[in-house]
Amino acid sequence: MSAPEPAVICRDVVKTYGKGEMAVRALKGVSLEATFGELLMIVGPSGCGKTTLLSVMCGTLRADSGTIDLFGKTISSMPERELTAFRARNVGFIFQQFNLVPTLTARENVSIPRLLTGTPYARAQEDAGAMLAQVGLGGREESFPSQMSGGQQQRVAISRAMVHQPRLVICDEPTASLDAAAGQRAMELLRESARHPDRCVIVVTHDSRIFHYADRIVEMDDGLVTTSQNASDYLRDHPHPQPKSHA
Amino acid sequence: MFRIALLMLFRDKAKYAMLISGLTFCSLLMSQQAGVFCGIMMWTTATLRNISSPVWVVDAKVQQVNEVISLRDIDVQRVRSLPGVAWAVPLFWGIVQARLPDGSFQAVQLTGLDSSSFTGRPAVMLQGRIEDLRLPNSVIVDQVAVEKLQQKGIDAHIGTTFEINDEEARIVGICHTERSFLGQPYVYTTYERALQYMPAQRKLLAYVLAEPKPGVSPQEVVEQVNALPGLRAFDHKTFFRETMIWYIKNTGIPVSFGTVVLMGIVVGIAIAGQTFYLFVHDNLRYLAALKAMGAGTTKLVGMVMLQAFSTGFIGYGLGLGLAAIFGNAVLRNGTPPFYMPWQVPVFVGVVIALICCFSAAIGVAKVARLEAAVVFK
Repeated sequence: MSAPEPAVICRDVVKTYGKGEMAVRALKGVSLEATFGELLMIVGPSGCGKTTLLSVMCGTLRADSGTIDLFGKTISSMPERELTAFRARNVGFIFQQFNLVPTLTARENVSIPRLLTGTPYARAQEDAGAMLAQVGLGGREESFPSQMSGGQQQRVAISRAMVHQPRLVICDEPTASLDAAAGQRAMELLRESARHPDRCVIVVTHDSRIFHYADRIVEMDDGLVTTSQNASDYLRDHPHPQPKSHA
Repeated sequence: MFRIALLMLFRDKAKYAMLISGLTFCSLLMSQQAGVFCGIMMWTTATLRNISSPVWVVDAKVQQVNEVISLRDIDVQRVRSLPGVAWAVPLFWGIVQARLPDGSFQAVQLTGLDSSSFTGRPAVMLQGRIEDLRLPNSVIVDQVAVEKLQQKGIDAHIGTTFEINDEEARIVGICHTERSFLGQPYVYTTYERALQYMPAQRKLLAYVLAEPKPGVSPQEVVEQVNALPGLRAFDHKTFFRETMIWYIKNTGIPVSFGTVVLMGIVVGIAIAGQTFYLFVHDNLRYLAALKAMGAGTTKLVGMVMLQAFSTGFIGYGLGLGLAAIFGNAVLRNGTPPFYMPWQVPVFVGVVIALICCFSAAIGVAKVARLEAAVVFK
């Protein structure tokens, strides 16, 4: 059986914020791979560079040096316009605060990635409705985010990240704003999504209650990857208290 | 995505209402005030629109049509003697007090026409015939006179009499005229009868109206008249323009209206600019999310521009519509004056577009500087 194909390859990625004495080296030469069909979690204490790595990996932030390959394409040297279009086609995002546009309905929010790839409005709305039904939000398509619970909003955000069938799904603290049960449901959806052989899901989190959903866990500290293990080995070596609902 | 941009705008009801009301107010203030200003300017030239003549001959010191410095009767002959003049007729034009049937007085604009040609006659007769002015003591009054008499409870119609300088004046016709700057009713009669109505003075001729011979331009006649000592001539268009320029230069009207229009612009910029800034600022996080998801800067800028200009377009339309309703209402009432030439909507549209550009520029500047990565912070 051949080794899984890498979806994301980061090599010696360096990123520094600020200049001179105020300079902060957020990434100090990070090398990392994530493969298709994998749910990779990046964990570590606050300020260790997880979010910076995530931003660099998906091309919303430029690295100072090093290379980032997504599905065989080097995005670190890609022109901005091309990179933006590449992101629209290939990357889905789930943010900590959901970032659902409050004046748009669930259906309209979910349709955005489809619209960004040039899908006609009616078709995009149709696809968004079908996606919402898949995550159990059928009947709530016309609800505004303010009319939904945190868990429901996160499911809308997951729908928005998946509606255009991206090959990479980037999740920044997806459970941070959710209670335990809602967090579990969100992770189950992500876990399910990562089983797709042509998809890779990368989750940045410091919520130890969801570590067991990962295929592999990468631990970072002070701008460097310190550990990369499959989830079961990591949980064995780093025992965390598991809440009952996640057990 | 442009539909999404409009939904984001329309559903932010508080800010949308604020933006629309600000721009509507701005558009209304500018178009309404400009309309009233143009109306006043039209009033100042009412005489030129009520009395049609290719060439107007006046005293050499006259600068605009409402300024009357009487000429000598012989000046009609002097103009007639010019080689380019086909014909020239005298016109009396002066303000007199009319004594109404109820004993009250009313200032009227007495216009004495040449009795053979009726040159300068009212363009629209509502009742009666202009030729009836040849009947004894006959006058033709305009719709303003009828309204004024009605306000005093007098039913004015053909046959109604009143007095001018103790002489009887019998209404033989009612005409339509453009309202004058001072708002006095027009009373038309023959030149000779007008002189009878007026208290005796050495000179009573206000204007000489002249027509160029075929093949001679009004401008050539003007030049020939200007060569005569003590006389000055204007062709119709020049007299119209010079009158307006005189009012603009010598009265505070443009300054006072200009100040209000300027206030409209400032209020529009302040409300629309500030509200749009807040709108973009409040949506910045979502715009950053869109940028992360693959919306390019050009697309986001386009969305912001569309939001600004669609608001401007609606505000412009509403303001202009309200100004038109105002205009329609006051035109029925007669005061204040209102006239909206095509230049007013164009001017207001350009100003609103500039305000939208300013508002959009604030938003665009923020969006252009937006880092997609900010969405992860």
